[in-house]
Amino acid sequence: MIRSEVLRDIAPILRDQLVVCNIGLPSQELHMIDDQPTNFYMLGTMGLASSIGLGLALAQPKKVITIDGDGSVLTNLGTLPTIANNVADNFILLIIDNGSYGSTGDQPTYAGKKTSLSAVATACGCDNVVECQAEDTPAVLQAALDSDRMTVIVCKCDSGNIKLPVITKDPVVIRDRFMTAVQS
Amino acid sequence: MSINKKIVDDLVANDIEFVTTVPCKQLAGVIDEVEARPEIYHIPSNKEDEGMGLCAGAFMGGKRPAIIMQNTAIGVTINTLVTLIQFYRMPLPMLISFRGELKEPVACQVEMAVHTKALLSQLNIPTYHFHKQQDAEELDAILKYTFMCNKPVAILTDATFWGGY
Repeated sequence: MIRSEVLRDIAPILRDQLVVCNIGLPSQELHMIDDQPTNFYMLGTMGLASSIGLGLALAQPKKVITIDGDGSVLTNLGTLPTIANNVADNFILLIIDNGSYGSTGDQPTYAGKKTSLSAVATACGCDNVVECQAEDTPAVLQAALDSDRMTVIVCKCDSGNIKLPVITKDPVVIRDRFMTAVQS
Repeated sequence: MSINKKIVDDLVANDIEFVTTVPCKQLAGVIDEVEARPEIYHIPSNKEDEGMGLCAGAFMGGKRPAIIMQNTAIGVTINTLVTLIQFYRMPLPMLISFRGELKEPVACQVEMAVHTKALLSQLNIPTYHFHKQQDAEELDAILKYTFMCNKPVAILTDATFWGGY
């Protein structure tokens, strides 16, 4: 399974939650599969999806799911100790780990080689780290939501992309629509 | 009243409840004061761009954020300032220690100091420079201005302001 298939599988679960979605193809795929006002699409700033999601979860009580990638987490590896030491039980970090920089042409990441992001997250002090195969992601994500505990999920999937358009929505519109959904 | 307490009083009076910090020697006292206040959630970050991500999330969650960092961080965060904070039009007060100014003992700090105001100017970031302690009387107005205009705003605080080393 590739990332877009994982997103298609979990879209019914994401629909009712606040979602912060990573830059590039993940946001474009989620936008195409199931655009919702509860989705915050990152149009730039690689690496900060997990930080935005944690800040959002700490600031208000609704559940927040950040959809991140292995390459983006590697870009901002300092996020994992911050997450571990600032527990927000309404926060789920879902790392879709396809071992490649998908948006830039599937160059391999170190997470697809010797580096285990689930082991890194555990070593950083994250208490609930679950590594799963792509097809198990909906069940693992639902269990994390039901647990009411901060969870880091590392979903191992194949690399590969589908063709789709960029997001042309204005960033202020995305942000305003999202903030209205957060407050509703 | 200590300058650290005055600064944090102004943050609290402007409903700033979420503060991220990356330490600098000059900022140690104000960071201690932020940590001590029950009105503020203090979340140290490992790098300043990470901290700006946390602030963006907190703002969208309804909390007013602020970041406290060193001027070297301007070099670290240009992409984040432009593609996240400015592109999505978010307010972000940045209390910045302006290293490399008069009374600076570390030569390397001057290398970034000479670029600091030019970079902020190039980024169209409103910038205020606190050199004497009475300059901090404007902090309350600067914070109100920041949340009025939804922009990142820089407050540079140099060694003379902090009383030197």
